[in-house]
Amino acid sequence: MFGLDKKDTSKLIIVACLALLAPFILNPFPTDSALAQFNAGYPDLMQRFVIFGIFAIGFNILFGLTGYLSFGHAAFLGVGSYSAVWMFKLIGMNVIPAIVLSVIVAGLFALLIGFVSLRRSGIYFSILTLAFAQMSFNLAYSVLTPITNGETGLQLTLEDPRILGVSATTDGSIPVTNLFGLEMRSTFEMAVGPWAFQFNAGYYLCALIMLAAFYLSIRIFRSPFGMMLRAVKSNQQRMNYTGLNTRPYTLAAFVISGMYAGLAGGLMASMDPLAGAERMQWTASGEVVLMTILGGAGTLIGPVLGAGFIKYFENIFSKINDNVLHTWFSFLPDGMEDAVVFIIHPFIGKGWHLTLGILFMLVVIFLPGGLVEGGQRIKGWLSRRKAKGSNTSGETNPAE
Amino acid sequence: MDAILLQILNGLDKGSAYALIALGLTLIFGTLGVVNFAHGALFMIGAFCAVTLQRILNLSFELVDETQKDFLGNPLKVKTPYVEAWFGPDIGGSIIDWAVPLAILFAIPIMIGVGYVMERGLIKHFYKRPHADQILVTFGLAIVLQEVVKYFYGANPIQTPAPDALNGVVNLGAAIGMDIVYPVWRVVYFFFAVLIIGGIFSFLQFTTFGMVVRAGMADRETVGLLGINIDRRFTIMFGIAAAVAGLAGVMYTPINSPNYHMGMDFLVLSFVVVVVGGMGSLPGAVLAGFLLGVLESFASMNEVKSLLPGIDQIIIYVVAIIILLTRPRGLMGRKGVMEE
Repeated sequence: MFGLDKKDTSKLIIVACLALLAPFILNPFPTDSALAQFNAGYPDLMQRFVIFGIFAIGFNILFGLTGYLSFGHAAFLGVGSYSAVWMFKLIGMNVIPAIVLSVIVAGLFALLIGFVSLRRSGIYFSILTLAFAQMSFNLAYSVLTPITNGETGLQLTLEDPRILGVSATTDGSIPVTNLFGLEMRSTFEMAVGPWAFQFNAGYYLCALIMLAAFYLSIRIFRSPFGMMLRAVKSNQQRMNYTGLNTRPYTLAAFVISGMYAGLAGGLMASMDPLAGAERMQWTASGEVVLMTILGGAGTLIGPVLGAGFIKYFENIFSKINDNVLHTWFSFLPDGMEDAVVFIIHPFIGKGWHLTLGILFMLVVIFLPGGLVEGGQRIKGWLSRRKAKGSNTSGETNPAE
Repeated sequence: MDAILLQILNGLDKGSAYALIALGLTLIFGTLGVVNFAHGALFMIGAFCAVTLQRILNLSFELVDETQKDFLGNPLKVKTPYVEAWFGPDIGGSIIDWAVPLAILFAIPIMIGVGYVMERGLIKHFYKRPHADQILVTFGLAIVLQEVVKYFYGANPIQTPAPDALNGVVNLGAAIGMDIVYPVWRVVYFFFAVLIIGGIFSFLQFTTFGMVVRAGMADRETVGLLGINIDRRFTIMFGIAAAVAGLAGVMYTPINSPNYHMGMDFLVLSFVVVVVGGMGSLPGAVLAGFLLGVLESFASMNEVKSLLPGIDQIIIYVVAIIILLTRPRGLMGRKGVMEE
């Protein structure tokens, strides 16, 4: 289907089902039950899942295929956000021109940074991208304030021209982002017994774009171009010795992944029309690295999993507090209960980053292939157990 | 003229922090070949050693003093630090006052220990893995260390003042008939940095241990074949590098109240410093540290800023980009070492 082989088609279908049915899948618990706090099926969070999914898919095209570790990808996301918000300010509240502009601007920006950074490889490349991103971040905070609005962040106001739209709605408020009239924030709620499912227009737009982005990344992975990028990763020197100039390929990969980041930034601004410089900080770049590695760098589905995983647990873990823990462990004797809560306490709520850091270290140390490799190992182990005696193939497929 | 001298001083001062951190970073890189993204966290831990010592010294017991009354007329509870009770208010008071300099002694063993555990426990397993993996695992470690410190000390900056005697300003220009007023502690910081840097260099240059380490940096395999346990010495060097970063942090606390993410803020800059100086080159790191510090403070002069707005924010990165593109091995990097 769509020019994919059977395995890739099934991957695409899995991701499509996950994305389109997310309001059901992420809301498994009735709204008034004690477990309702594990529900993640509300629009804001679901939008973040897919938007960061796009970001991580794009990052994976660079890091997973070529092995170039960029520590400055958040800059493209920030640039995308800024250009989208400017589009809302100047042209109108339709999201299409905003998203298109953010992709183009991020692409140009990536072309510039990539052209310079890709002259070096390895750790120097990481530091160059880091330097560029920090530079953009510092500039956005200081001299570029007329464009970025500095620390306050860029926001919509009632005075914006909006040539193709209106500066203010009839009741005097700022118009909302829409897709040819379909408001991004409009949500259809469906109540089935004790469950409440929310279908948000903005989420579905993001999800469809994410599917398109995912499909494109599969095609890139399977194309001769993707093959070339993988060759760069395994032995760039040999490629050069065969008389082949690898730089156009790596630059193309860099620009593509920058455009993905710009797309994510544009979508982020489309869902919530503001942009701030903190989106460009290098810790934000670190976050997308975490997502990709955690899910499995170089695999197709890994980055999506990683982004969803991190965003889900970030949200859930930070909501759990001591009271919740006490109700969970109330079956234990009193002293034990307090002890267990005391031990778990540093890892929840505000301590989520600690959990994330530990998890990330464990993944890098023991599972360099990320969650995908973990899944494959378990699968391999199970099939070997099942096939014990009868001589079948229990081989584990290497991650991509 | 005064303004220029003042900027040079500012620059040397900023540069000494950069140089100290970059020195540790490049020591680790030069010996073990590991790119340590957790080095900023070591700097931060050093700063929190000072905070901890200050808290320990301030541990007090409460006594109800019947002779004094508070504003409600109740007997006043007087807190007396144990240190003052043991040594008398004069000596005890000055011990508390000098907490930050004393923290140097406190921090050295702790930092060496932290460095040792880090190297043996984690980084040892990453020598054979690609640089990207080393960056990632130390980045994770930095997050963990940062969050642990945040858990124990909270997210707000903690005031750690310098001793009263070193808290004022001094007129450095008096001798040459000029007026250059400068905070004493910053002068102390600069000389402290020079002392540490000198110490590390002479340690490497004039001791047998240092000689072996230098030989190991040049050719690890051969040194190993000569029957020298080079791994052990490199581990010790890692501990020393951690201690250098930690001391830079201890002494930095009066300049900037420590908070849990101060390490991350310094990390990016110190990487840039190392790259500009040349990966694995110790003199390069020191030179680049001071150079970039001075450049940064000149860029923040109003005259320069009106000419090139925003230059003070990006000067370091611009210099780094130019250096990396024109002279990839850095200012003093050896030929052929990590040029690619």
